Amino acid sequence: MNKEIGIMDYGPALESSEIAFMWLSRHKNQFGHFINGKMTSPKETFKTINPSNLEVLAKISKGNFTDVDNAVKSAKKAFKSWKKTKPFERSKYLYALARLIQKNSRILAVLETLDNGKPIRETRDLDIPLVVRHFYYHAGWAKILEDKFPKKNPIGVIGQIIPWNFPLLMLSWKIAPALATGNTVVLKPAETTPLTAMFFAELCIEAKIPPGVVNIVNGDGETGSLIVNNDKISKIAFTGSTDVGRFIRKETAGKNKKLTLELGGKSAFIVFDDADLDSAVEGVVDSIWFNQGEVCCAGSRLLVQEGIKDRFITKLKRRMSKLRLGDPLDKSTDIGAINSLQQLKRIKSLVISGTKEGANIYQPKIDVPKSGYYYPPTLLENTNQSMKVCQTEIFGPVLSVIPFRTPNEAVSIANNSKYGLSSSVWTENINLGLDIAPKIKVGVVWINSTNMFDASAGFGGYRESGFGREGGEEGLLDYLTYSDKILNNITDKTKIKKIKINKNSTINIDRTRKLYIGGAQKRSDSGYDKQIYSSNTLIGQVPLGNRKDIRDAVEAAANEKKWKGMSAHGRAQVLYYAAENLELRKQEFAQTILEMTGENGNYEVEKALETIFYFASWTDKFEGAIHNVPIRGVSLAMKEPLGVIAIICPDNDPLLSFIHLVFSALSMGNTVVVVPSEKNPLCATDMYQIFETSDFPSGSVNIVTGNKDELSETLAMHMQVDGIWYFGSQEGSKKIEENSISNLKQTWVNNGVNYSWSNLPKEIKIKPLYKSTQIKNIWIPYGE
Amino acid sequence: MSYAHEIDLDINLILSQKVNLSAVERRCETIIKRRSVKKKKQVEWLLKTIEFMDLTTLAGDDTPGRVSRLCHKALNPVRKDILEDLDISKNISTAAVCVYPNLVKEAKLSIGKNNIQIASVATGFPAGLIPENIKNSEIKAAIRDGATEIDVVINRNKVLTGNWKSLYNDIKNYKKSCGQNHLKVIIGAGDLGTLRNVVKASWVSMMAGADFIKTSTGKEPTNATLPVSLVMIRAIRDFYDLTKKKIGFKAAGGISKSKQAINYLILMKEELDDDWLTKNLFRIGASSLLADVERQLEHLSTGSYSAENRHPIV
Repeated sequence: MNKEIGIMDYGPALESSEIAFMWLSRHKNQFGHFINGKMTSPKETFKTINPSNLEVLAKISKGNFTDVDNAVKSAKKAFKSWKKTKPFERSKYLYALARLIQKNSRILAVLETLDNGKPIRETRDLDIPLVVRHFYYHAGWAKILEDKFPKKNPIGVIGQIIPWNFPLLMLSWKIAPALATGNTVVLKPAETTPLTAMFFAELCIEAKIPPGVVNIVNGDGETGSLIVNNDKISKIAFTGSTDVGRFIRKETAGKNKKLTLELGGKSAFIVFDDADLDSAVEGVVDSIWFNQGEVCCAGSRLLVQEGIKDRFITKLKRRMSKLRLGDPLDKSTDIGAINSLQQLKRIKSLVISGTKEGANIYQPKIDVPKSGYYYPPTLLENTNQSMKVCQTEIFGPVLSVIPFRTPNEAVSIANNSKYGLSSSVWTENINLGLDIAPKIKVGVVWINSTNMFDASAGFGGYRESGFGREGGEEGLLDYLTYSDKILNNITDKTKIKKIKINKNSTINIDRTRKLYIGGAQKRSDSGYDKQIYSSNTLIGQVPLGNRKDIRDAVEAAANEKKWKGMSAHGRAQVLYYAAENLELRKQEFAQTILEMTGENGNYEVEKALETIFYFASWTDKFEGAIHNVPIRGVSLAMKEPLGVIAIICPDNDPLLSFIHLVFSALSMGNTVVVVPSEKNPLCATDMYQIFETSDFPSGSVNIVTGNKDELSETLAMHMQVDGIWYFGSQEGSKKIEENSISNLKQTWVNNGVNYSWSNLPKEIKIKPLYKSTQIKNIWIPYGE
Repeated sequence: MSYAHEIDLDINLILSQKVNLSAVERRCETIIKRRSVKKKKQVEWLLKTIEFMDLTTLAGDDTPGRVSRLCHKALNPVRKDILEDLDISKNISTAAVCVYPNLVKEAKLSIGKNNIQIASVATGFPAGLIPENIKNSEIKAAIRDGATEIDVVINRNKVLTGNWKSLYNDIKNYKKSCGQNHLKVIIGAGDLGTLRNVVKASWVSMMAGADFIKTSTGKEPTNATLPVSLVMIRAIRDFYDLTKKKIGFKAAGGISKSKQAINYLILMKEELDDDWLTKNLFRIGASSLLADVERQLEHLSTGSYSAENRHPIV
């Protein structure tokens, strides 16, 4: 030993796995499913292995149709009483789960490490504490839910499918909010990491969770597909790859199923030249070499300002040489094993593709275990945005480096991605940090920090990183729907008497209505007009727009900058001004409505004016929140516009529905491409004169008339459209949802339900504001 | 070893230093959980802790007798039987003893020819608010009496007022007064208010020729902490990148438990090259730490937890 004094190396420091293995052998190393409060007997099993040494840990059952169906039935049955369970009682159940997980935190950490391959330091210090926090936080919500959301109801049976990278943590993100809000669940863990979910099932029994409230069905993608397609499930919550997310969107299209997707990412880690570079280096470590880089929000693109690039990379390489790859159960291990052979192969092949495209690869000279699925921390230099490694999610410990010159350039590189999950921004200049954060199109921004999570702050993405949030009040809303009374009132229309049309005896000057694109009145590309009849009387013509007109309209909406940059107060002023101008022409609009629908237009115009005032009022009051995250700092939950929203209007209440949808989207700073009612388009086209005289910037509103099905299909498939709202048939709604998968745009469809626009319940009246915004959480630690 | 580290004062470099407190704290919270030293390795690391130690007495009631006892403990830091049980034949002693200037003579008498440095605090320790010329005579007197290392305190008000040029000149003069002897510059982190001041004071000290930069006097409201140490260590690393000169680091004040000491060793190992894991470049200034280390060693040799009364006191 005398000689060794002075070497100062780390010997082995293994966390014992004895108790975890005792638990496994108590179950004879095999598991069924957890259905209706009981563990089923194992059958049709597959193996789950320890990826660090390839030993088989247990045999797991693959859920078939009957298993899923039984689970859903038991959840459906349990829902009846669970939704009525008193808040205090529900809160106690969730509290019990939090406590039990806390009491079993070490065995859960060890099990997770065995099954997933991630280091014990992470399961012990990050995964499991966050799981516990998630259940505590939602235990609180269960208690005060009714006070906070008196008119909201649970949705029903939720189907939940989770990935293998944070098995128990993702389970908690799914189950805790669902249970707190009174839903019941059928959850499928990933096939390579089912063990902690099985342990959790036992804790549900111990916590006396009523049978059927939580059901866990094991299996692979086929089992997942059975959950997705089960008719009795009211909502699907999925975390995983964008490809599978796309599949689920398509499968659930038109089924009036709620859906939240938390998908992939290719997040930018941005280092400005005035950052604390050593701290930023540590940030990189926590960002891409956390959980072997198998993190959807991993900062896999390092954007570093050119002047400090070399110095930063030198520091980074030196830091990489200190990383320890090895036995995940060793307390001194930084990087464990990749979860599966399939994933390891994917990482390897993507890195090879990068080097073939000209990237320089750097891997530190550190020990890599011979057996097990290990991959060393890897830096790819000389990379650029056109390479696959800078566009594709690798989901491994691989970092690409891209230099930038100015803040604007950093933003454009960061946004040059189909994804939009997260970003990390490093600068000691708070002005710069807070300027950049809103410009990056992602759901989470960490300023001078990275990979921070908390139950109180929503997590989720923009673009093809999915939609919906997990955590915070925003996450809770995704598990709630409106009360039945409100839903029934959507279509409850106070009938307005049809009155006889007074035919004008004199001839009016012929009117030519046009498309309105980019602030200009345009003829349609097709050169055709569509004739509009009412009760067999020709009452006017509108241009027959086609896909090229849509293309131009979307381009105008996407490139519009003035409206997007305007303050909320400024937007409100423009909205009010539009009301002024509409009122001046009240009679003319009323007459047009009368001609189109035979209904008293005065009432509808009056309602339209009120609606404009309603959204103008909300414009500067529909605000974000500050979350109480457990750091010295804040998390700002900012409500941001989606971007370009396509609106396909219904035929009923042709002016009012148009105003309601278009002005709500505009009020939040979106730009709009609107397709007025195919049947009753006339007053919508007349609106462009109002837009022109009311200072709406060019391109903020674009109106394209024509064939509803054709135009909405083009819009639904258009990749520059960020959200699409459709009011039409059930079949049309389904098509919109199906076609939205091109870029996974957010959809809001009516599934054939006619909204009574003049008499909406107030909870529904405000709904478009939620649909036209998404929440970005900006984490700002502070302190000097 | 060359003793002249100083370079020209570079004000821009000092002012451009960036420290993010939250990120630094996060690194410190996680680094000690990222590494674990157990069993046999723990013995090795604890013995290294002793070898890095400046065994210190800096109290108003220090007497020649007290200093003499301290020196004997420095020479025999661990009970012989424990070392035998642990199969250690290597001669273990602390790196230095650290005393007030008036007691250097006594230390010299006790240490004799043994390979233990005699460190003396100076420059009006601990506040440093005495005239500069007196500070330099104090350094010279301590060296005359046998001190081989000088731990000076800086005038903190020069940091707080941004008087970098004057601070630089002060330290340069201390170095001159030290001659060949090691100069450790105590920046008094607990008085500096911010980590940015800590890193700036570290840079000025290194530019002015410090052989070591040292966290604290032990008399400040807060003394050595991992965040303070981390930014100082990173400054040392950057200084090396710039000048190829290796400056030492000394953590002092408030380190009284073995576990804490191991954390500092981990911090050094992870943030710097192994070159810094020698007593030429790393020290821990402590008084009561040694007793805890000795107890831990006994625990590791016998398997039973030990009691303080079983270990010879200073």
